[in-house]
Order: sequence, then structure tokens, then C-alpha cells
Amino acid sequence: MALIPRSSAAAALLRPLSSAAATASGIRHVTTDTTPITIETSVPFTAHNCEPPPRSVTTTTAELLTFFRDMSLMRRMEIAADSLYKSKLIRGFCHLYDGQEAVAVGMEAAITKSDCIITAYRDHCTFLGRGGTLLEVFAELMGRQAGCSKGKGGSMHFYRKEAGFYGGHGIVGAQVPLGCGLAFAQKYSKDETVTFALYGDGAANQGQLFEALNISALWDLPAILVCENNHYGMGTAEWRAAKSPAYYKRGDYVPGLKVDGMDVLAVKQACKFAKEHALKNGPLILEMDTYRYHGHSMSDPGSTYRTRDEISGVRQERDPIERVRKLLLSLDVANEKELKDIEKEVRKEVDEAIAQAKESPMPEPSELFSNIYVKGLGAEAFGVDRKEVRVTLP
Amino acid sequence: MAAVFQAFGTAAVLLPANDSRVRLLGSFPGRKANVFEVRSEKKIVSDATRVSGRGQHLITNAVATKADAAAASTGSKSGHELLLFEALREGLEEEMERDPCVCVMGEDVGHYGGSYKVTKDLAKKFGDLRVLDTPIAENSFTGMGIGAAMTGLRPIVEGMNMGFLLLAFNQISNNCGMLHYTSGGQFKIPIVIRGPGGVGRQLGAEHSQRLESYFQSIPGIQMVACSTPYNAKGLMKAAIRSENPVILFEHVLLYNLKERIPDEEYICSLEEAEMVRPGEHVTILTYSRMRYHVMQAAKTLVNKGYDPEVIDIRSLKPFDLHTIGNSVKKTHRVLIVEECMRTGGIGASLTAAITENFHDYLDAPIVCLSSQDVPTPYAGTLEEWTVVQPAQIVTAVEQLCQ
Repeated sequence: MALIPRSSAAAALLRPLSSAAATASGIRHVTTDTTPITIETSVPFTAHNCEPPPRSVTTTTAELLTFFRDMSLMRRMEIAADSLYKSKLIRGFCHLYDGQEAVAVGMEAAITKSDCIITAYRDHCTFLGRGGTLLEVFAELMGRQAGCSKGKGGSMHFYRKEAGFYGGHGIVGAQVPLGCGLAFAQKYSKDETVTFALYGDGAANQGQLFEALNISALWDLPAILVCENNHYGMGTAEWRAAKSPAYYKRGDYVPGLKVDGMDVLAVKQACKFAKEHALKNGPLILEMDTYRYHGHSMSDPGSTYRTRDEISGVRQERDPIERVRKLLLSLDVANEKELKDIEKEVRKEVDEAIAQAKESPMPEPSELFSNIYVKGLGAEAFGVDRKEVRVTLP
Repeated sequence: MAAVFQAFGTAAVLLPANDSRVRLLGSFPGRKANVFEVRSEKKIVSDATRVSGRGQHLITNAVATKADAAAASTGSKSGHELLLFEALREGLEEEMERDPCVCVMGEDVGHYGGSYKVTKDLAKKFGDLRVLDTPIAENSFTGMGIGAAMTGLRPIVEGMNMGFLLLAFNQISNNCGMLHYTSGGQFKIPIVIRGPGGVGRQLGAEHSQRLESYFQSIPGIQMVACSTPYNAKGLMKAAIRSENPVILFEHVLLYNLKERIPDEEYICSLEEAEMVRPGEHVTILTYSRMRYHVMQAAKTLVNKGYDPEVIDIRSLKPFDLHTIGNSVKKTHRVLIVEECMRTGGIGASLTAAITENFHDYLDAPIVCLSSQDVPTPYAGTLEEWTVVQPAQIVTAVEQLCQ
């Protein structure tokens, strides 16, 4: 498999727009700095059937700092979920997103909450990016009432309607037609918004994807299909599952773009480009070249199909948080200590949220039968206890 | 088997009635019926169809019990006559006019007008964005319909034949049925999935499927089966207005039924069963096409002196246990006639539900007549034997009422 090698030192070329160097003495001064700066992405974009966007990304130091904070929060949250799972507070399936944070954060930076995002089961960080709270995440993972789906969904079913986050789906690939349906609704209501339908390299081989892509291209829907290519479909490497692992080219008549998914600025640039494109020209495929440190889920050690060297190699060379950290340090936005303080703060936030979530109660037994139908219907669902009379006659 | 209600080429004409008099026409080989509009306690308009024999034995007291007889026949006099597929279209059109969020998607529903003409001319009227021709990709366009419904649109997904929806089973089961629950109530899926199913005229095994038995376990969906133009239009409108996902089962052989329906707007309740013929001796529960086989058998039974109560259950999920229960309480005998296969069919669930709830009221075991557990053969005679025929219904009632 071809992982793009990265040398960390020559990461970013700096070309500040303002003549005065965008350096500052203390962190307090810099967080409010919204002077635009331009930073180059790690690698140029590779395009299929379209003109790639430029490598230079406009951003601000304030934005970079929020990137750092958000990604650290996500990373910390996933690690905490790992230990909760091992202590059996989270059961069932738990698919962790650490290593892929740049995709969630970069995407959020390019769009608004009226745009829709729909993804598969590796949804904890995407949910957080869409405005979900840590409490909702941990409570849902532990099956408590304070969870975002009232404890009834679990790890794979996070949703946030008011922020345009449509989940959270367990069946591989099934969310892509849903995502095209969201795009259809957006076109129907003439919203000028787009939908990002995320899926993995494993799901890229699902037939319904190509069906949905065909329909979206035919009807000119503002749908952006994003392949989060972490190179493994659970235990099967991409070259063993796909004849053509160039997922961005698989749309054939639909243009595609290959993006370094570990570079949050590249992701932001690509998503911005994609949104503009989709509103004018219909669907687009983005392939995010990314990596997950954990196994497929908590039941998968993640080391039987790849070497530990590979994992630590990527962590050293391409880690998204490290990249932003180095950027912040070299731009002199903050020093080591200040960044470590942010991380400590984030850790504390996560620990507090977990403590709060642990106090949230389990759902009431009556919740078993609520939300099956809207408005109840007057039909009573059956309980196991057959002694109860369910229909009373006059 | 000329008496069997299978001659759809000569459409069975339902004649309007003047008050409670019945007009007899000896020339028609099919059945005749009178349509009354009867108001139930719940203020839902439902109809009671009465069957009269060919001039010999007239049952005059069949519907008297429930009637607001005076108010009954005004609708039927001033209504308009149409075929079942036209009734579906009328309901669809009215709802699309009423609510701009309603859209239709399916294969050949737009420019072609629908393979059974249910959506004829709608694309011309409402445009290509509201009546969408999809490629042959059931899995994805059902998924797209569900995705659109999550945002608040009200799509109607048409399967050209219900059997094709098996390709979309994952979307229907996991996404359509479950999203309201797994999102903790955040998303409603007001989608309608409809299409013709059932055993047709030698269509072959794959095109004669009865999917209600496969879908019935899915939590979160509602299933209804229409059988007359009146309830087809009413159920279509109710399904579109419902906030829950509804699967509307139509039948390939019933599309050309003709009936007079009211001019004014009406909706049928999705969860109510329809009392087709009140009676005293035995409760016959049926739905969709089997209703007509039952009514055919009822004629014979009435001639033999039985008084069957025929209920068209209409709501396949959830069952209208109230109407059914009251009937069981009255007659103490139940016969279920369905077109599903015996194993795991609607009749099997209904038997279980009635036994659990009303066991004390039963004088005899519940008899369930269903189709054979075989793929529907192509040969005409074999196909006839797959499905329940009126003669079998008569025999079953006779045995039950001993």
C-alpha cells in the first residue's frame, strides 16, 4: 500500500500576508488574531476530471489554535472511550477515530451547520465537530439517559438534527444513499447547502454507492461523497479488497479529488472547493488519505494485519495534531508549555464529562417502547409478560 | 369456475344504491354490491359492503345495526365512479396539491406514467422534481427517499412490483424503521412505500411475492393493505399524512376494480379494520384480494344458511385488535383467509395475537387458510391451487361451525 511519506521538518512554507511578522509574545494576544495567513498544504491535490484547488490555504492563527484544541479534544475523547470500553462501561461495538481527526475538523471549518454531514459508525468525533457535547457522547456510549439518542442508539447511532448531523449508521455503505437523499431534499428546497456523505475504503466497494452516485449525477444533486481511506476495511487492506484503490477516480464521470487527510488545512481547502463545486456542477468525490491508530473497533487489536512499525511510523510522521503543533510553534503562536496547558485543560474537560455521564441514570423501562412510532399510534407494543391484557373490550 | 371472482377483464361493477333498496341486474356475471357510508364511533368514514345473491336469497338485515341510515347514502349518490388505480392517483394528486413537500420517486413513474398508471400525468402537472423517474436501483433510491424524509420531505417510493423492494430490505428495515428510535426521537421518517404485490395472472414466482410477511417484524413501520377504490384513496391519503413510515400494499389484480367514491375529501384510518359484512356465526378475517374470494364464498355460505361476519383487516401492522376482538366476542369462531404463505405469514401472527388476547372467547381453534408454501408456479392450474379459493373457504366455515 502506498502511504505518502512525509518529512516532518519541511512541513509548511510560511508566507505571511501582512508585512509585520505574525508573531506575538503571549498566547493571549494571538488567540484573537484573525489576520489571514497563507500556509501550503503538505502535498498538492490530485484531481480527476476537474481542476484541483490551489495548495495555498488561507487561515488565521486563531483558527489554527482552534484546530489544535478541537483535535486534541477529539483525541482525548477517543482515548478515554478506549479505557471506558476496557473497564466494561461501554459495551458492544466501539469504533474509534483517533488519527482521523483532521477530516472532521477540517470539514467543519469549511462549511456551516446548515450543510449536512452523514457518516458511518466511526462517528464520535464527527458528532463532536457538529456541536455535540462530551456529556452527550459519553452518556450515549454508556447507554445513559443523557446521551444524544437517549441511550437507545449507542456508539454507532449519534445524531444531531439541529446541527445537520444525520448519523451514525451501522450498515456499511447504507448511509450513502441516505446522504444523496439529503442532498435531494436540499435541492428540492433550494437551500444552497450541500451534503457530505462519508464512507470508508471498505464501503467504497458497495453497489449502492454507485447507484446513488449515478442518480446524484443525473439529477445534479449537491452531494459530496467523501471516502475516508484509512487503507483497511477492518482486517482487509485496500489492495486486497479493491481492484482500483484510486477511490477518487471511481466516480468515472463524476470528478474526484485526492486529499491528504492528515493535514487539516488540506481538508479544509478541499471541502471548501467541494462545496462550491457541488452547488454549481453536481456531485464530487473526495478521497481523504488518512489513517486510524486503533484497530477497526475495540474488539480488533489492529495489529494482526499491519505492523506496529507502520502504525508508529504514521504517528511520527503524519499525525494531524503534531503537524498543527509544529505549525503553531514555528509561527510562534504559542510555546510548548501553553500547548501542553491546552492539552491538560482538554483532559480535564473529558474527565469531568465522563464523571458527569457516569452519574446519568439508565433509561426508564418505559423508554423501551417510546419513539417506535411518532405519536404512539395508540398501538401498544408487547412486553414479555404475557399476563398483561393489552386489549380491553367493552 | 365462472363464479369465482377472477374475471377481471369484465370489471366487476359496484352499483350505487338508492337508500336501502337494491337493484338487481341479472345480466352481470360478477358480484353486485351496495356501498353505504357508515359513521363509526370514531367519526371515521368507513364503508360496509353488502352482498346480495342473484335474486334469490336477499339478506336485508346485514348492515342495519350500525347505520345512520338516513345520512348514509347521500355520498354514494353524488360521488363519482372510478377504477382503483385512478382512486390511488386521485389521492396522490390531492395530497401533492395540498403539500408541496410530497414527491414521488420510482421507476417509470414520471414520463411513462407509472407501470400501472397510478402516476399518470402527474409528472406533466407537477414537474420532474416532484415526480422523479429513477434508474433501476431500488436499494439506493429507497435509501434516498428515507434520507429526504429525514429532512422533512414526504416522499412516496414506488416499487414497480413489491418483490423488487427486497433489494431495498436493508434500507427499509434498518433505516426506515429504526431511525426514529435510534436517534432518540430526533428524526421522523414520513415516507410511504407502495407498490403492487400478490399473486397475479401467471406472472411467475419472482413477480408474485407477498412481502407483508417479510416486513411485518420490522419495528417502527406501519403496514396497510388496500382492497377497494374507496379505501385505496383513503389509505393513500392517510399514509402520506402520517408521520410514520407506512408501507401500502396494493394488489396487481385489483387495479381495475370500479367503485363509486364520494366527491368530498375523506381519509381512512390507518389502524382500523373495515367491517365488510356483519354476521353472527363466524368471523372471517381477510385483506386485499382475498376479500373478494371471501365475499364470493360468503354468497354460497349465506345460501347454505350461515351468517359469516367478514372483516377486512386493512391494517397489517398493527392489527386492529379492537374490531377483531369485538367480533370474536360475538361469534366465538375465527377463520383467517390470506394470500401470504402459511409459514410466518400475516395469518400466523394474527392467530397468535387473537389466541393470546381472546382465548377465552373462542369456541374452536382458529383456522388459517393461506397460500401454499411454494414458489408460485407459472402454469395456470397450478397457480390456482397455490392460492385460497372460495370453495375452500366454504368448506372451512362449514367445518368450523359444526
